[in-house]
Amino acid sequence: MTTTHSRTAGKPAPGTEPPDGGRPERRPMTASRRENRAGLAFVTPTFLVVLVVVLIPIMWTVLLAFQDAKLVDIQGMGVFGNWTLENFADVFGSAGFWSSLVTTLIYTAGSTVGSVLLGLVAALALRRPFRGRGLLRGSMLLPYVAPVVAMAFVWEVALSPQYGVVNEWGKSLFGWDDPIAFLSTRDYEVSLLGWHFDIPLALLTVIAFEIWRYFPFAFLFLLARLQAVPDGLEEAATVDGATISQRFRHILLPQLMPVIALLCVLRFIMSFNKFDDVYLLTGGGSGTDVAAVRVYDFLTSRYDVGAAAAQALVLAVILMVLLGLYFKFFAKRVQEES
Amino acid sequence: MTRAQFEERFFGAARWVVIAFLALITLVPFYYMIVLSLKPIDSLLVDPGSIWVGAKDLTTQTYRDVLKPTSEGGQGFLQFMLNSALVSLGTVALTLAAAVPGSYAISRLKFFGGRQVSAMFLAVYLFPATLLAVPLFVMFARAGLSKSLVGLAIVYVAQTLPVSIYMLKNYLVTIPQSIEEAAALDGCGRLQTVRRVVLPLALPSLMATGLYVFMIAWNEFLFALLFLVADPDKWTVSLGLAQLSNGIEVSKTVLMAGSVILTIPVVLLFFAAERLLTEGLTSGADKG
Repeated sequence: MTTTHSRTAGKPAPGTEPPDGGRPERRPMTASRRENRAGLAFVTPTFLVVLVVVLIPIMWTVLLAFQDAKLVDIQGMGVFGNWTLENFADVFGSAGFWSSLVTTLIYTAGSTVGSVLLGLVAALALRRPFRGRGLLRGSMLLPYVAPVVAMAFVWEVALSPQYGVVNEWGKSLFGWDDPIAFLSTRDYEVSLLGWHFDIPLALLTVIAFEIWRYFPFAFLFLLARLQAVPDGLEEAATVDGATISQRFRHILLPQLMPVIALLCVLRFIMSFNKFDDVYLLTGGGSGTDVAAVRVYDFLTSRYDVGAAAAQALVLAVILMVLLGLYFKFFAKRVQEES
Repeated sequence: MTRAQFEERFFGAARWVVIAFLALITLVPFYYMIVLSLKPIDSLLVDPGSIWVGAKDLTTQTYRDVLKPTSEGGQGFLQFMLNSALVSLGTVALTLAAAVPGSYAISRLKFFGGRQVSAMFLAVYLFPATLLAVPLFVMFARAGLSKSLVGLAIVYVAQTLPVSIYMLKNYLVTIPQSIEEAAALDGCGRLQTVRRVVLPLALPSLMATGLYVFMIAWNEFLFALLFLVADPDKWTVSLGLAQLSNGIEVSKTVLMAGSVILTIPVVLLFFAAERLLTEGLTSGADKG
């Protein structure tokens, strides 16, 4: 303290400060300049790391997508050159691109809606205290925090037609005739009331896995938001004779809507790019060839870096277009409703 | 019965059904995992429907098998755990070191381009991992890092940095500015203020962020697969389990023991710091 005071009180060094009363006006200016300098100094290391490990790689993906690049000759290749559009022709023209896109969209939409919905139901059920709520709340987050490899392995074993518990119980409880290969059946024929139709069993199973793994995420956010809703609103509505469903529809839901919308967007982005879950459960076979698994295949089985980059880029662009549409048409409405 | 009464009863009952269902779907898979890890493979094959383990079947041989190094006929999970721990702890240290100054700057200081940088840190989060996978794979192949744990840790920093900055920033804005002003009056420089005042106050958030980063790194699979698949000595636990479960040589119950070993560290850490973590993640959510 003494040092700061003595410095400001002491005589300015000759030549650095104007002798007249110019100092009082310049003071706030120097303070903000100093803050500006400090801000830049603090942000620079972080920015550099982000630049090197995130931004440059992303820009390089864009370059690679337009280059003829195989992994074997990438060592000697320059960053520029070898321009080609063939990668995109490869991506769009390859067998299964469009069907894989449809699969990705079904997978993404199904798991997004499912996990947010289940998370909402869970948050509503656990809203009021009961014995053991804390414990259940903690354990419900387990599927989300546990390693995906372990969880996928447990599901794989449990659903296995040879030694899985699900098929064994299905046989004894529901009288299934044959074990069902959940993860390797593309179309499973069901007959209901005399109608026969096929359901994409493997795809539904991976969607179920994704919902199971990520509903805790939605649950966590929705519960936090629910507990911030003031009690007075609901009490007033109860006095006015509103039933539970009416209170939910007209009081809770509008309050939750912004969080639900945000969760849907986040989950959509995450699921759209999801690789691990599908790859571990089915390897992308049996009608579950989501786009992220295709990127991996391009990269590792064909060593075609250019095509993999192009595929990843196409995916990112599609995702951005979808998000753009969402923000253009729906984001405003959600805001208004709430 | 009026509609209100009916709904009262219906939802009152439905609530307990939902709670029971949720408890079932979240706990049973973990219970199943532990039970299978404790029995020999024969008893699983004889009776796949059984969901407990009898006293005469109970064995810990599976755990011994999975942990022993490959040279002694085991699966070498001890080595995998060491690799995973090294990569994860390295990632936590690097990520926090990189995230702290940036998040402090964007939460506290007004500077030229501050808002743009802050938006950029968030936007980076939107880019898919697959988009990063290709160039990082090539970059590290060139730098000779593609088969090393260091390279993997760097990739994980890229994956966790944006969310870490976001979490830390959310916490730092809640520390009152006046505390820092007091420190400045007492003669602390900017750097000293951060080190002596802000960081100790932000310790809960630093721990929460560090734990979250640790979990992401420990659980990660795609990049471990891309970088290290050819080199079994450097496999992480996740990668080791995934690779071994593809084959048929290793029995499923031994691998179940591997899953338990893979899961336990994160679950223990999570329960130790549950409140810290859930608050760190959702802070801001309750403000609408």
